[in-house]
Amino acid sequence: MYQETEIIKAIPGTDEMVLNVGPQHPATHGVLHLLLTINGEIIQKVEPHLGYIHRSIEKMCESLSYRQFIYSTSRMDYLSSHINNHGCALCVEKGLEVEIPPRAQYIRVLMDELTRIASHCLWWGATAMDVGALTPFFLAFRDREMITEIMEETCGARLTMNYIVPGGVMFDLHPDFQRKVKAFITHFKTKINEYDELVTGNIIFQNRMKGIGILSKKDAISYGCSGPTARASGVSCDIRKLYPYELYDQLQFDEILHEDCDSFARYLVRLQELRQSMHIIEQLIDNIPEGDIQAKTKAVLKLPKGEFYSRVETARGELGVYIVSEGGTTPYRIKFRSPGFSNLSALDHMTRGHKIGDLVAIMGTLDLVIPDLDR
Amino acid sequence: MDREELKNKIIEKWPEAVALEGGEWLNVQAPAETWHEIAHWLRDETDLYFDYLFCLTCVDWLKHLTMVYHMTSTHHRHNLVIKANLDRTNPVIETVADVWRTADFHEREVYEMYGVQFTNHPDLRKLILPDDWEGYPMRKDFEDPINMIKL
Repeated sequence: MYQETEIIKAIPGTDEMVLNVGPQHPATHGVLHLLLTINGEIIQKVEPHLGYIHRSIEKMCESLSYRQFIYSTSRMDYLSSHINNHGCALCVEKGLEVEIPPRAQYIRVLMDELTRIASHCLWWGATAMDVGALTPFFLAFRDREMITEIMEETCGARLTMNYIVPGGVMFDLHPDFQRKVKAFITHFKTKINEYDELVTGNIIFQNRMKGIGILSKKDAISYGCSGPTARASGVSCDIRKLYPYELYDQLQFDEILHEDCDSFARYLVRLQELRQSMHIIEQLIDNIPEGDIQAKTKAVLKLPKGEFYSRVETARGELGVYIVSEGGTTPYRIKFRSPGFSNLSALDHMTRGHKIGDLVAIMGTLDLVIPDLDR
Repeated sequence: MDREELKNKIIEKWPEAVALEGGEWLNVQAPAETWHEIAHWLRDETDLYFDYLFCLTCVDWLKHLTMVYHMTSTHHRHNLVIKANLDRTNPVIETVADVWRTADFHEREVYEMYGVQFTNHPDLRKLILPDDWEGYPMRKDFEDPINMIKL
């Protein structure tokens, strides 16, 4: 929402003033505008203003066919583009009632988990940077680069993959895929301990995170939070466990829950999820079955009249894809329930009474991706 | 509770509600006038306990607007979809932001995109669009010759 305002404005008759953070601010990691009401350095109120990168993907999708609209969804949460594509593909498949070949299912889950690792790596570096540690950012990008290279070989893109399509996946795996993923897992297993040594045990980091940004279990549910943000408050909400899709019901992994409800708990949940994702990849990488990578579908997809809803767990939380079909080749209405949008609505509640520096740390642990909020 | 039990329980308490066919989960059409009371009841009734509103949206059917609420219970793990039809020229429905706080932002989005007025909403302002924006862009008959490209 565009508003011409001064950067700082005093509110007459009180000690309070209004401070603009963003839309161009390094700590918001994108074009997010926060209007803070502050008293000294204490935050009284946070008012997010969205829309600087709103492209109305939902409206665009109404004129795109079921094969085309998936490409625009990579641009929502660009750090989990595989999982966005996956959610949309699942929703269309639900309408078409097609069975996905096992090989495609394996590839999809592998790609999802690799994406989750890449996303959490970037988050780890960015959060450490938010609280003043610059080195982790470079370490995180070093490890993330290995995944982006794997993605580039198989999908042809590094960020907006558009690889998972209704019926299966776009291409077969690159011959080097298995070798490179295994090399990455071996590499990352030692590096993740480095992450712990460098940041988790750091007393300055812990002081910035512990007891800051408390979000109780009840509030997390009421604000509709999902993903690591909610799980750090003890809400069991992992879609992979509760409503398993693809292979997740046959895999062994833990849902990470914490009861501390603060920024440090959110940090720990994500770090432990990195280990869980590696564990999932290890279970799959040697057992990818041979066979088709796409189910047989018609060239032009038509969904029957009705409503379809699919839920997937992205790196940030629950992505819901809601398609209302009138039986044509394009969706009548499509709604993306993005995890960041609901998580952001809890920001005001979490930051009240904290200092401005803590706001940056809390936003870091919420892991906001702005195009995901705006869509 | 399974689909049939949920349906009987809701219809028994609210006879004016209608259960709809189809859909993955139970779909119930509720009257817009009593929606706020129904929402409170759905959340507070112990064996329903729908405490997690995971999706709130609106669909423009050209003759009327339909509000769609997807909710789940974090305790019982059952899901429910509530629909409420609104008049297209003057869409008014009571807010549920006091029942589920996540509805605050979602209702603001629906307000600016579809023009639905949520009565008693704590802070009903535009969230995404500029303040001087006119019209409701997600409605089917919205025309913008400058910014919209027809495919």
